[in-house]
Amino acid sequence: MNIQPFEPSHLLALAPEIVLVISAAVIMLADVNRGRERKRELGVVAALGFGAALVAALLFTLPGLTADGQFGGMIRNDTAAFAFRILFLFAGMVTALIATDSPVIGKEGEFFLVLTGSVIGMNFMALSTDLVMLYLSIEASSIALYALAGSLRESDKSAESGLKYFLFGAFTSTVLLYGFSLLYGFAGSTNLYEIGARLGEAGVGGVPTLPVILTLLTVVVGLGFKISAVPFHFWAPDVYEGAPTPITAFLSVASKAAGFAVLLRLLLTVFPGYAGIWTGIIAALALLTMTIGNLLAMQQRNIKRLLAYSSIAQAGYILLGLAAYYNLNTDGNVGGEHAIGAVVYYLGMYTLTNLVAFGVIILVSRITGSDEIADFSGLSRRSPGLALAMLVALLSLGGIPPLAGFFGKLYLFAAAAEANLLWLVVAGAINALLALYYYLIVIKVIYLGQPKDEATVPVSRPYVFALWVCSIGVILVGVLAGPFVQIAQAAGTNFLR
Amino acid sequence: MTFPFLSVITFAPLVAGLGILLLPPERKDVARATALVTAAFTVLLSGLLYFGYDQAAGGFQFVEDVAWIPQLGIRYHMGVDGFSLPMLLLTGIVLLTGVMISWGVEDRAREYMAFFLILSVGVFGVFAALDLFLFFFLLEIAVFPKFLMIVVWGYPKTREYGGMKLTLYLFLASLVALVGVLALYAALPAGARSFGLLDLAAANFSPELQRWVFPLIFGGFAIMGAIFPLHSWAPDGHVAAPTAISMMLAGVEMKIGMYAALRLGVYLLPEGAKFWAPVIVVFALVNVIYAAYIALIQKDFKYIIGFSSVSHMGLVMLGFATLNPLGLTGAGLQMFSHGVMTALFFSIVGMVYDRAHTRMLPELGGLMQRMPWAGIAFLVGGFTSMGMPGFSGFVAEIPIYLGLWQGVALDPINLPGFMTTAWFFPLAAVISALSIVITAAYILLAVRRVFFGQLPAQLAELPDVSALDKVALGLLSGLMIVVGLYPAIMAPLVESGLRPVLQALGGG
Amino acid sequence: MDLLNSHLLSLILFAPTLGALVLLLIPKDQVGAIRWAALVASLVPLVLSVVLWLNFNAGAAGFQFREDYLWFPLIGSDYRLGVDGISLPMVLLTAILSPLGILFSFGVQDKVKAYMILFLLLETGSFGVFMALDLLVFFLFYEIGLIPMYFLINIWGSANKQYASFKFMLYTMAGSLGLLLGIQVIGLTLGSFSLETAIAAWPTWSGTIAGLPATTVRMVAFVAFVVAFAIKVPIWPLHTWLPDAHTEAPTAGSMMLAGILLKLGAYGFLRLVLPLYPVEAAAGAWVLALFATIAIVATAFASFGQTDFKRLVAYSSVNHMGFVALGVAVAAWTAQNGSAEEGILALNGAVLQMFNHGLSAAGMFLLVGVIYDRTHTRNLDDFGGLMPLMPVYGGLLLFTSMASLGLPGLNGFVSEFMVVRGSFPVFSALTAISMLGLLMTGAYILRGIYKTIYGPLNTKWVGHTSDISVREIIAWAPLGILMLVLGLAPNWMVSVINAAVTRLF
Repeated sequence: MNIQPFEPSHLLALAPEIVLVISAAVIMLADVNRGRERKRELGVVAALGFGAALVAALLFTLPGLTADGQFGGMIRNDTAAFAFRILFLFAGMVTALIATDSPVIGKEGEFFLVLTGSVIGMNFMALSTDLVMLYLSIEASSIALYALAGSLRESDKSAESGLKYFLFGAFTSTVLLYGFSLLYGFAGSTNLYEIGARLGEAGVGGVPTLPVILTLLTVVVGLGFKISAVPFHFWAPDVYEGAPTPITAFLSVASKAAGFAVLLRLLLTVFPGYAGIWTGIIAALALLTMTIGNLLAMQQRNIKRLLAYSSIAQAGYILLGLAAYYNLNTDGNVGGEHAIGAVVYYLGMYTLTNLVAFGVIILVSRITGSDEIADFSGLSRRSPGLALAMLVALLSLGGIPPLAGFFGKLYLFAAAAEANLLWLVVAGAINALLALYYYLIVIKVIYLGQPKDEATVPVSRPYVFALWVCSIGVILVGVLAGPFVQIAQAAGTNFLR
Repeated sequence: MTFPFLSVITFAPLVAGLGILLLPPERKDVARATALVTAAFTVLLSGLLYFGYDQAAGGFQFVEDVAWIPQLGIRYHMGVDGFSLPMLLLTGIVLLTGVMISWGVEDRAREYMAFFLILSVGVFGVFAALDLFLFFFLLEIAVFPKFLMIVVWGYPKTREYGGMKLTLYLFLASLVALVGVLALYAALPAGARSFGLLDLAAANFSPELQRWVFPLIFGGFAIMGAIFPLHSWAPDGHVAAPTAISMMLAGVEMKIGMYAALRLGVYLLPEGAKFWAPVIVVFALVNVIYAAYIALIQKDFKYIIGFSSVSHMGLVMLGFATLNPLGLTGAGLQMFSHGVMTALFFSIVGMVYDRAHTRMLPELGGLMQRMPWAGIAFLVGGFTSMGMPGFSGFVAEIPIYLGLWQGVALDPINLPGFMTTAWFFPLAAVISALSIVITAAYILLAVRRVFFGQLPAQLAELPDVSALDKVALGLLSGLMIVVGLYPAIMAPLVESGLRPVLQALGGG
Repeated sequence: MDLLNSHLLSLILFAPTLGALVLLLIPKDQVGAIRWAALVASLVPLVLSVVLWLNFNAGAAGFQFREDYLWFPLIGSDYRLGVDGISLPMVLLTAILSPLGILFSFGVQDKVKAYMILFLLLETGSFGVFMALDLLVFFLFYEIGLIPMYFLINIWGSANKQYASFKFMLYTMAGSLGLLLGIQVIGLTLGSFSLETAIAAWPTWSGTIAGLPATTVRMVAFVAFVVAFAIKVPIWPLHTWLPDAHTEAPTAGSMMLAGILLKLGAYGFLRLVLPLYPVEAAAGAWVLALFATIAIVATAFASFGQTDFKRLVAYSSVNHMGFVALGVAVAAWTAQNGSAEEGILALNGAVLQMFNHGLSAAGMFLLVGVIYDRTHTRNLDDFGGLMPLMPVYGGLLLFTSMASLGLPGLNGFVSEFMVVRGSFPVFSALTAISMLGLLMTGAYILRGIYKTIYGPLNTKWVGHTSDISVREIIAWAPLGILMLVLGLAPNWMVSVINAAVTRLF
């Protein structure tokens, strides 16, 4: 990678982030100038800000494959960063929309402000190619998320959630930081690509293997927390349950995707030479994560906890794709485009899908006042549209066509098969079966149960918009997968070169 | 680019189904009429293809081929041959008759018709798909409508259990097969990886690979065809399902399993098939005899039919296991014959239950007096079931038995000794032929207990079946007789469709 | 006349089916029209059969009026028809009995349309068996005839009909299972299901199936064939379904059962077992003869012990068919071991006995039906001295019973004599024993007559019982005439049979 010193044109690469900063300022001003009863519009403002940033991203940051390091190597505006930023911005927008009418947080200006800040941090997580930059962006987004998780001040659970998240986060962050310092020690540089090149050197001048592996482990632990991989998942169910539901949605998709973005970046640029080792570790994590996630999800009666465990399991599938990276072809070359492409695709489709699921949960729990699965009873009779949206989400998570989840899983499995990880494919298939079981149970409740209350669930306009966009997106991304696969694959290739 | 017949057949029900969902709920008759017209349209179109297929030319015809996800070598590739055409026709017929006999469904009739149509999308498409991704894509589209229709409109006592069991078993089946397909996909050289059926067929996988992948693919799909010991989903699921769904599931869905077991299993992995064929014989024999015996001791009318399906699917598997032209063709015919027959059976069970509100044999009797059409049609199905000459079951079973007589272990290394002896396959023919008598016994007992004998007082005023029901029953019974009396209408077609498989196996 | 000549058999075969289809179109309540249409439909094949008989060249070898069309090319089975001197009398018998049965069935009141349709289909099934020259087509018609019979018993039968029809169906299906497997083996090894190919090649075929040598395979298949046909004939001890089925069937059904369906089994022996398994048949001949003898003697005693008139007649059927089996056994033995003369004689007798028994059994069942329709009982103890009340009926019963008993001058005597005469030199002891059975035959028939028309008058019937009606007499008359004709001048039929039978040796 060529590293270019700062030029003003580099600012264009940060156009979305700049838009977000402006949007944050607008939110702050609007918050101050409005009475409590009119603060509903803040959410729309925040969503518009994300939308504008999306447009900016599409207009100004479409990169070529030969993206150079900009800002003196601090960031790299490549397809990988592009794909993840689109994802974060989209998730932010939908979160803002579904939070709009939330009873407490929807009326808090800070909430949307912090959300915007968190997305800025995530965007930089996807962009950064420098240890310092990377760590700063991780912390920027994390600290915002700690605050968001605890933002229901009246709720003990929310406070507990925020604190728990913070404690776990701080601890793993330390581990990660320790790893970063070691990396700097090995290479004498903070630029990821330079570190990668240094670690790749063999022979007398090279870095000894054992310390590198230890460092690798710190990275895996630090980011394993972010992506809620087993055994670093303990925080997830409690935090997901306690946090305000829009934030749960956001945590489960954007934060996880950001974690993966960094994990991919680090593993693929810093440790490509050790792929034989880390794919083994990741494969083991994948097996553990999806199996335990699914087994625990089967026992849940609370829909948020169910989705929390399900999202742990989903992280397992994604790790499965990452494990398939190390793929010695018959001609001796390392393949892996499919593997990383599958990971990116899966993250994208998972974001869409989970947002739909949480969107529906928020509405239902708002009128029933609880998050029990039983409260979804007869939803199809009360609000057929919402039931349908939930159906789309759950079936997509379960991997049923024509929804995106099907191709996502198949893509991952195909990549794993190509990497001769058939045992992992088998494990994944068994897990898909377990998962379908509990998704079907929810569907059954929705469609078969008798509603306790015949009244339709009230849905506001921004909400309908968000749900429609995501649901149709789930179908489109699943059926017309070609272009999305192309982007995902390009992103994957970008990480590699 | 010729007219995309296959896409139209496949997606017409989807369009119609979505259209029906947009109707206001109280317009039930419009929903029904739309479903009927759509179903008739698909029958017409598949009939057109059936008779328009050029047997002399052979191979896949009416092909559509568009790139879909080129990065993974996935194409939207459809086409039909002599083996899939009867299945396509069968699907259309079951759809049509299913709509006809569901005319009386009042509870959420709009959704019922819509989901039934949507369910058929996957079924039609599966038989036309020449790309394995497309195959699985369409196969699993049906998961949801299937599940939903069972739990919403099914038999209240068991629908939740039955629906869940059926859905998960079928999902398991497709996952097992999918793992096998992925193994094949990955075994292709990098850069040439593809999900295309023909690409995979031309790949010449090593015998070792074939031997260990074959059980995954064949076994997975055999679960879908209710192979022992993973067969229990079929009776439980079919019994729990509403009538039209039982018809579609037992009539067609199980055939998908068998169809794919041949097309993806035997065709792609001939060496694997040769190795495992004697093992399949053992499992299939258990299916044939055990399930027939269980059917004999059932008290629930619908369970009898459910187990009879399991038993008959065993015959199909036996036909496949012979790996010779006779056995394979017989199995192909049996798939069609059994599809029509079991659809007929389930429709009649449904009619009886809808009227009598019980399916327990001791509570039924003498229904011939009240619903003679149903009784006669059941007998036609029954005779087909017991392989009575003159009905399609005979035409299908005779070649299977002949094939078994000729069968030999083609890859006798590493098999238990008894499987490689010359008498192994013929013995299977003799044993499976015993099922004819057991089948005759359970069918006649059912006939006797349901349609003859004393009419219970509480059933004395039972209404006869509707005119539309009669049309459906007549259509299904007629098909069995036509194929039974004039097998040349189907046998050569099926035979032509199997030629590539036999070539792959190294024979004719 | 071209069509008539080239497709005479198909026309006979499917005329009843066509008639059945026509019946379908007649409204259910037009009972009269249905009855007459059915009668006409069954008369057509009778006329055509007479034409067939007249145009048949007894001197020519092989099968005549052949037809051969592709049917199921995949497995080498085609639609092949033809008749020879053995099948021709059977075709004629079927053609004669069917209209009579229909005529008698004019008395049926319940579901007339379905009844007549089934009856006509039954006729087609029977024709098909006698005409088929393809093993699979043979099997097809052999089995398909079961269906209408099953229903005739199941729907129009008497009290115990459910049990009887079920037993009938299951017995025969189980029996035909082995037959089917045997046919499969033959068809497979020879690559064709053609009967003539099989006759030419199967007895000398040498190869292996399932690792078994040809002789073993043939032996196994032989046993399977024999069991199938033995159930159908029926031969002791496989006869137990018959009394139930015959007793429970409606009268015309019993006529067809005894008159035609039993002949299917015997015909199977003649047409398939003897030509296909000459060696095995010769080896098993004495067993068959033994069973036939036991059948003759044991069922005669069984018949004597019955109190149910219809059951008595049913057992007599088993008894009479025993002579057919005996004739077959003789033929099987002599064909391999010389003394063909006896064999030919016995076989002639057997075929003729088939025809004769068809007449007399049908006649007996008809007459039992007549009295049952009037008294609604079949218990012999309930009758007695009916002669004064029903003089015409009494006369007819006497006549038919005598034919059945084998009174010289009537048909039964001729054929039974031929069989016994042929078998005596071969199976002397067994024949002698079976002669004893003949004595018992006399005894039980006389007992039956005594219990019904003679003896003390059971007064409860006075004033309740009318004599036999004209329609019933018309239904009986052709049977009676043929009994007499064949008793006095059997040669016109024997010559046809003889020409075909001789060629078997």
